[in-house]
Amino acid sequence: MKLTTEEQRMAAGERGEAVALAMSLLATLGERYDAPDMVPIKGAHVDGCIYRGDEEASLVFAERLAAAGARVAVPTTLSAGARDIERWRELRLPEAFAAGCRRMEQAYLSMGTVPAWTCAPYLHAAALRVGDQVAWAESNAIVYANTVIGARTARYGDFSDICAALIGRVPRFDLHVTENRVGRILVRCPAPALAGFDVADPATWSALGYALGALVPDGVPVLDGLPRSATPDQLKALCAALATSGNVALIHVVGVTPEAATREQALGGRQPARVIELGARDLEQAHATLSTSSGGAVDLVNIGCPHASFTEVERIADLLAGRPVAPSVQFWLKTNRAVYQRLERTPLLAALQAAGVTLLTDACIMAGHYYRYWPLRRVVTNSAKYAHYAPTGMRVETLFRSTAECVEAAVSGSVDG
Amino acid sequence: MAELVPGTDLPFRTFAEGAACGEAVVSAEPISFAGEFDAATGVVTGRRSALRGECLTGRILVYPHGRGSSSTSSILAEALRRGTAPAAIVNVSVEHIIVVGALVAQKLFGTSLPIIAVAPELLDRLRSGDRLEIDTARGIFRYHA
Repeated sequence: MKLTTEEQRMAAGERGEAVALAMSLLATLGERYDAPDMVPIKGAHVDGCIYRGDEEASLVFAERLAAAGARVAVPTTLSAGARDIERWRELRLPEAFAAGCRRMEQAYLSMGTVPAWTCAPYLHAAALRVGDQVAWAESNAIVYANTVIGARTARYGDFSDICAALIGRVPRFDLHVTENRVGRILVRCPAPALAGFDVADPATWSALGYALGALVPDGVPVLDGLPRSATPDQLKALCAALATSGNVALIHVVGVTPEAATREQALGGRQPARVIELGARDLEQAHATLSTSSGGAVDLVNIGCPHASFTEVERIADLLAGRPVAPSVQFWLKTNRAVYQRLERTPLLAALQAAGVTLLTDACIMAGHYYRYWPLRRVVTNSAKYAHYAPTGMRVETLFRSTAECVEAAVSGSVDG
Repeated sequence: MAELVPGTDLPFRTFAEGAACGEAVVSAEPISFAGEFDAATGVVTGRRSALRGECLTGRILVYPHGRGSSSTSSILAEALRRGTAPAAIVNVSVEHIIVVGALVAQKLFGTSLPIIAVAPELLDRLRSGDRLEIDTARGIFRYHA
């Protein structure tokens, strides 16, 4: 792998210990994957900031970098952490856990990162343009960046995300390279295949993404047949679910993805290696897989995985239509700080709170071990990603339902099987 | 497909250096360490995983490729720190995030986790319980029994 003089100086420690560590890690990675050189990036999104324990590798690494005086070289946002920084006490998280989270937050903030604390940074990533090279972590954000924005990122994760931010570069490999972004597998999903599903509801796109990831576990699929009017909320649901069941970092949604105005463009003018039909049965299968419960009393309604946009929050308020959440139900609606601040300037926030909805920011619900502090047995959600991870991560039974059904469950306190 | 003959050296490509000798544990399905593996115990917890309940500690983990969350790197590094990780990983397609996990754990904790890639056909010929040996420095990936 060819390094510039400046990159060689970085690796040799002339820009400090943290930069040297980051450069050597990414240069080694680049060599293993035959990258010819490094490519500069315009920004990074870091997911390594979730606290897991005082001795754990992720905190050891962050504090080692912070102690070495690490500073990010490009604009870098932080993904969701393990606690809601404002409301962790209401969520019954213990002081010791919050103290650990604080250490992680301080380590990353000392590096000059932006405390966005969200897994959906793209809700506010208007500054990124088609073709921009970035290093994003958090699987749903990675797929969204590549697919919807047309930015270029490989699948970064804990450690490699902050290393890329510290040196402002990544190996020129994977989805950073035009050739590797060409679609190979054509997935047909004609409109009649979705008859009977509420195509407007992001939950349908979530089921679709989950089914698709199971059918096409690897590579770059080309999804043809979906409405070109797909909204950011629908695409967000699709991307998050796809990254949950599959090892996919880019999907060409024909007519939506900037590099896929047509099916021919998405396939690079070649014939697809495989053609797959995606239909109602695959969606029904996804629904069945994602619900481990046969119904009954609901303890928690969880919306906002990934963090809800302003329009998703508005939709919840519309569906509630002034009705209160049943006293036996927790309704957790997770969003980011920017959306929350916008809600504060509207009557929506007060209305939702008065109805019994708990609005949360900053955190990934999966990281808080809530099963230790809340008697949660059965959860209803409109997110395939959450439904996939919750049985293990939160030790609950899941019911994957449409957004409207989630709200009805919150009001009535139960779900039919 | 023909049975592997004991003592056969198999072709591979190195993604993380190291040596290991042990019993194979094979999954035909993709695996995610994040949310489906407990780094405290080394046990696979994923509800849908074919390896659910298996302890991966000290075994040579064989699976086609990973999937899912980008937390994988630190969960793998954490398993290496605790000594609950597999002894080696054999994939068809190696994800960056597991290589990063192995490299960082090596830097922070001095651990070693060889990671190699093999041809897809070979994956079909390996079985849980096979005795395998990997030594990337000596260029060895050997089927013993």
